[in-house]
Amino acid sequence: MKNNRTHWLIHVIFIFCSAAAILPVLLVVAISFSSEDSINKYGYSLLPHEFSTYAYQYIFNDPHVLLRAYGNTIFATVVGTLTCMIITSALAYPLSRKSMPFRKFFTMFVVLTILFNGGLVPWYIVMKNYLHFSDNIWALVVPGLLLNGFNVLIMRTFFLNTIPGELLEAANMDGAGEFRIFAQIVIPLSKPVYATIGLFATLAYWNDWYNSMIFQVNHDNYSMQYVLQSILLNIQYLAQNTKSNNMSASLASLPQETSRMAMAIVAIGPIIFAYPFFQKYFIKGLTIGAVKG
Amino acid sequence: MDTIVKVESNRISSIKRRNMWNAVLRHKVLYLLMLPGIIYMLLNNYIPMFGIIIAFKNYNFEDGFLFSPTVGFDNFRYLFETPDAFIMTRNTLGYNAVFIVVNLVMSVTMAILLNEVRNRYSKRFYQSAVLLPFFLSAVIVAYLVYSLLNPDSGLVNRYILKSFGVEPISWYLEPKYWPFILVITNAWKNVGYGSIIYISAMTGIDTEYYEAATIDGARKWQQVKYITIPLLVPVMVIMTILSIGRIFYSDFGLFYQLPMGSGTLLPVTNVIDTYVYNSLVNMGDIGMSSAAGFYQSVVGFLLVLTTNLVVRKISPENALF
Repeated sequence: MKNNRTHWLIHVIFIFCSAAAILPVLLVVAISFSSEDSINKYGYSLLPHEFSTYAYQYIFNDPHVLLRAYGNTIFATVVGTLTCMIITSALAYPLSRKSMPFRKFFTMFVVLTILFNGGLVPWYIVMKNYLHFSDNIWALVVPGLLLNGFNVLIMRTFFLNTIPGELLEAANMDGAGEFRIFAQIVIPLSKPVYATIGLFATLAYWNDWYNSMIFQVNHDNYSMQYVLQSILLNIQYLAQNTKSNNMSASLASLPQETSRMAMAIVAIGPIIFAYPFFQKYFIKGLTIGAVKG
Repeated sequence: MDTIVKVESNRISSIKRRNMWNAVLRHKVLYLLMLPGIIYMLLNNYIPMFGIIIAFKNYNFEDGFLFSPTVGFDNFRYLFETPDAFIMTRNTLGYNAVFIVVNLVMSVTMAILLNEVRNRYSKRFYQSAVLLPFFLSAVIVAYLVYSLLNPDSGLVNRYILKSFGVEPISWYLEPKYWPFILVITNAWKNVGYGSIIYISAMTGIDTEYYEAATIDGARKWQQVKYITIPLLVPVMVIMTILSIGRIFYSDFGLFYQLPMGSGTLLPVTNVIDTYVYNSLVNMGDIGMSSAAGFYQSVVGFLLVLTTNLVVRKISPENALF
């Protein structure tokens, strides 16, 4: 009896936690499907007082900004993720080969990038002034996001633990070159870790606003997330500027309350749809990815 | 005699060198594979590391990192004369300390409770639900928080406070609430993720312990208290030490996006990362910004090294090096 009660209590706790995790997202969905009038009258609510798809019609009516931002984000995500997977594994695989001279040195070379960094200012100057990642699409792809030491170590540990050394020796005996061994034996055996790293990279690129914020000037080069941020701050900015007169009246006269929430939903839509797949590999990846030295 | 030894040892070392060279040549494809990654790290990580010397310079673009005039510790003196230096250090350390404790307690609790859910489908649903916030960007989180706290239409002012008869609060202008908002949001975003780590640690616990305990008549709570928690302690210790190593670094997105640029909130939202960003981009003060960045990098580095030494003592397989 008592046991049963604790079980119910646990379910109640988790229903509460799940609701706390999901409801804020549902609130934004509800706002985006409300009519602007009902928002002004009743405020945000979890069930639209007046259902309306006007916000979506509005943003898809003049989709230039949306498409441009989406295009940039998709480009950065696809190109960045693929490149990230290639150069991360190409750096990690040799580090897993015990016979390679200077293996320790190169491992420390990777580890040091995790331990120490020069901070924002020198990095920003190198990227912007010397390498010219500024106001072009590559600024969304290359600086900071393309390779990180943690991912290299995760992959290296995976290769060390799952690719049997005898297999590599046997392939070598049969006359396969190092590159062929990597491409035809190691990669096919390592799909799970590629999925994990690819997932981390996809998320990092899809969710990135930082590179846009510091490197991009022209609005056409903004990523989706940064366009969202600009919209959020811009309406806030307008409201703050008229604060001395009547803040709520000026907010009420702005029609974009629902449409920017619709933009947010359009931006997280793909993540929500891919979520079941995402989290399965993510949880797997965390168990693979016990970083070891 | 001496010369014979010398000649002999020279010969041996030259053989060694030749063998080494052969070994390197044998692995040339591997070095080639590493090349793109190495070049990237040189540009993205190592050159900026050396560029850290600009904290001691009055940087200008024409003279570059090396030849800009040196000003010694001036940048640091200016930085530590402002009240900002204390405020941002206090905020960074304070928030991180609270985050570490709150997230640890909540993640472990959630993992233990989730492990007790017997129904496979509800377990999977709960886990997916609580992990969801981890996948959302800081910008989206700012939207969610704004939809709750918007002073005019926000859910909290419109429904929750109203139903208790409390006057609406201008959340974005009242610093005193923000420590709570930031701690709650951070936990909301990260506890689901943290609990996965403890759940995977719990699957490693031998079920025989529990069987034996059940035979001895131990209740569920006793099993948790005397088996699960003690066996999770090593993982908790490691996770905590690792977070202490990162205590000088903050989640920039959380502290930058959530307050939506509200200046009145700065005393409770400014951390080292946001200070470095704001002084570089908004004030264009390279000196102050790079001095604060240097301060963060060096103290952060020492902390990471120290904590890594500690981790290596307790559990070598979790040490970074």
